[in-house]
Amino acid sequence: MSGTSAEEIRRETRGYVLVFVALMALTVITVGISYMHLPTLPAVALALLVAIVKGSLVACYFMHLLSEKKAIYAVLALTVVFFAVLMMMPVYGHHGSTAVR
Amino acid sequence: MEIPYTVDNHPETGVYNAKLGIWLFLASEVMLFGALFSSYILLRTTAPMWPHGSQVGLSVPLATVNTLVLIASSVTMVMSWASLRLKDFARYRLYMGATILCGLVFMVIKAFEYGAKFEHHIYPKTSTFFAIYFTLTGLHGLHVLGGMIVNGYLWGPGAKLWRTQPERFAHRIEVAGLYWHFVDLVWIFLFPVLYLL
Repeated sequence: MSGTSAEEIRRETRGYVLVFVALMALTVITVGISYMHLPTLPAVALALLVAIVKGSLVACYFMHLLSEKKAIYAVLALTVVFFAVLMMMPVYGHHGSTAVR
Repeated sequence: MEIPYTVDNHPETGVYNAKLGIWLFLASEVMLFGALFSSYILLRTTAPMWPHGSQVGLSVPLATVNTLVLIASSVTMVMSWASLRLKDFARYRLYMGATILCGLVFMVIKAFEYGAKFEHHIYPKTSTFFAIYFTLTGLHGLHVLGGMIVNGYLWGPGAKLWRTQPERFAHRIEVAGLYWHFVDLVWIFLFPVLYLL
């Protein structure tokens, strides 16, 4: 197999275990926060923040996004733009509509 | 004729074909689940009333277990790939087997959750909340099932490729891993959105 030595691979696997522990801890934290019954806006913000941190750990370390090639980053940058549009649509997309609230 | 760049990196993209392919596919999956999350936001913000998941019978402890199971399966998946890079096929088989088993546990818990809902006559048509709940978790469950089928093939008959083209086989595991981590990533967002908020 090209590139990395056995020692480097073993060091990476130790990293995977650390990320796993972090993900477990963040899961417990996010459930713990939900039991605090915070008002809606802080509850949503905190839950999404923890989810983004967890998702980033999975993407950066398990999916190796930290050391990927430019072509992959280009694909993902375009995806992020369109995903942001999708998320903004329900918030900004129904001005002037006659939908009953 | 041998297809080029199944093992070596393409000079233009810097990656082998399947890796570019899977990332393009995952980009389309982001749009698929993104559209459903966007629908969820629209439905929730325009509804006169929206229940908390636990108020309508969703089990936070069971879903938390499912979250931990899926995270564990992501670790075993990446460890299976690392084992191949260390040329340890037996260890690859062990970790891939554990990944499939974690997937099975997730699906069993999900089936139990769904069964409990159906027993109480709660279906997608019951309310807007349950319509989006069953759509999101159902589609995610189908993705878990699809991943399990691919992983099962790579654990079983597909593993023959290790003997003749080990680097190409390792690339297949890496690519299958990228899909599996994505499925875990979707659940990382689904879990708080449906069960905790």
